[in-house]
Amino acid sequence: MQLELKNVSYTYGKGTVFEVNALSDINLAIEEGQFIGVIGHTGSGKSTLIQHFNALMQPTEGKVLFEGEDIWGEKYDRRALRSKVGLVFQYPEHQLFEADVLSDAAFGPKNQGLSKEEAEARAREALAQVGFPEKFYGHSPFELSGGQKRRVAIAGVLAMNPKVLILDEPTAGLDPKGRDEILDQISYLHEKRGITIILVSHSMEDVARYADRLIVVNDGKIPYDGTPREVFTHYEELEKIGLAAPQITYIMHDLAAKGIAVDVHATTVDEAKKSILEALAGKGVCR
Amino acid sequence: MGIIKAVKLCFDYMKYGEDDSKVERVRAIDDVTLDIKKGDFIAILGHNGSGKSTLAKHMNALLVPTEGTMWVDEIDTSGEEEIWKIRQKAGMVFQNPDNQIIGTVVEEDVGFGPENIGVPTDEIWARVDDSLTKVGMLKHRKKSPNRLSGGQKQRVAIAGVIAMQPECIIMDEPTAMLDPTGRKSVLRTVHELNEKLGITVILITHYMEEVIDADHVFVMDSGHIVMQGTPREIFSEVEKLKKYRLDVPQVTELAYELKKSGIDIPAGILTRDELVEALAEKYAVRA
Repeated sequence: MQLELKNVSYTYGKGTVFEVNALSDINLAIEEGQFIGVIGHTGSGKSTLIQHFNALMQPTEGKVLFEGEDIWGEKYDRRALRSKVGLVFQYPEHQLFEADVLSDAAFGPKNQGLSKEEAEARAREALAQVGFPEKFYGHSPFELSGGQKRRVAIAGVLAMNPKVLILDEPTAGLDPKGRDEILDQISYLHEKRGITIILVSHSMEDVARYADRLIVVNDGKIPYDGTPREVFTHYEELEKIGLAAPQITYIMHDLAAKGIAVDVHATTVDEAKKSILEALAGKGVCR
Repeated sequence: MGIIKAVKLCFDYMKYGEDDSKVERVRAIDDVTLDIKKGDFIAILGHNGSGKSTLAKHMNALLVPTEGTMWVDEIDTSGEEEIWKIRQKAGMVFQNPDNQIIGTVVEEDVGFGPENIGVPTDEIWARVDDSLTKVGMLKHRKKSPNRLSGGQKQRVAIAGVIAMQPECIIMDEPTAMLDPTGRKSVLRTVHELNEKLGITVILITHYMEEVIDADHVFVMDSGHIVMQGTPREIFSEVEKLKKYRLDVPQVTELAYELKKSGIDIPAGILTRDELVEALAEKYAVRA
């Protein structure tokens, strides 16, 4: 198992009057190469959860294991862990600071102790993998569009060659095309490099389309953990905890209620289209 | 003349080099003419960098035109002496809730605007009560804003604008950082203000589903208005929207895909009910 949380709890301000339980007794096992979507309303504990994955936060109770080793063990190299488990924060472009794109993306590997040449080679590779055009490598990152800035920021993490890439709402504030481009690129990385992806998102449509496993966080616990099809069958319960299902789920349920034999578990436009066409074909509407 | 009117509006900004010398002049808004009727709910769509936020900033005189004219309630925004009057008439809500709340207690934050323009104390409190009631946040009045969810914070920001008794609210991606429930609550609030109080709303968004109830939609691309019409007219043009890096709501996309596959349903379907109705009819005919 690549990443494991065993009975993890986290309490903010322990021992003070402001004590808040942000995570309670979480058990989670993440296999290498999964594409995981994490959903939960603001304040549900999902940010606290992902910061446990790369030792930015230390559990108040319980253990976090990476490739079987306790990351809070005495001799464990947590600095090295943070290169293996890369975390891209929300609005990562706010953290760009170098004079040009290439230096910015090379900052991480340089910090890992690589030579300037090696670091730049890694940066080039990473920038290519996020689809950033080479002719802009010498540009100031601040002159770029929102979507391009975000690519550079993701490349900066990718250049450290992580085995796990955690992205906290990587598409917030992007236009629809920019959203699709970033997510397609992440999905490509997942397939090509076999990186484990953990995607935190407020878009049910996006996680339905890309993730093969969904983890729902609510009130510091994990009420649902399964494929998007399984998790979204609980759409009524999800609404009660500030979430929803993709629009498609609702349409399919409405159609089924009208007596049309469609697959209510369809969660994407493609799945829905296929199922509706089949249902109508059964009645002879389609040629 | 409507509440907001622009005639041949152009806006240029300067790019500066490292030594502060002017490098180039960039035209962000190019020849925009529009007339917004009082009481309308208007949506502006456009990709990142299309000029929509720049245009919005003209609507309360945060920017003034390089060429052409902008009027807010018949006041020309280029006159410095009228600037406070304009900002009282047209209030703005931004994307990040954390950047626009300044008070340490919700009710103080909402009272800040009226206090600033010299409203008598009793009247300030009356306005605070009234505004918080209208956005459904009255019971949180004594709370610290940092204990609120993103959607609640945005509603407080909206209350702060309402307390100025504006004619018009301009919202620049107010839901981009919110979870599904937060998004719903903010939209519901804005629609209520529009319907019950007749406040003109200008909503800038990247979420296509948020636009379907608008009276009129403008689509921007490279500083121009390239499409305008009712949501149904706009969303009937799926391919054209995609060319402008935009999208259509999932319902519309599914309907469009089904139509392409030979199912004879109307173009420009916007809501779940419309689609379910149309498909149920097809199903019944053949049954």
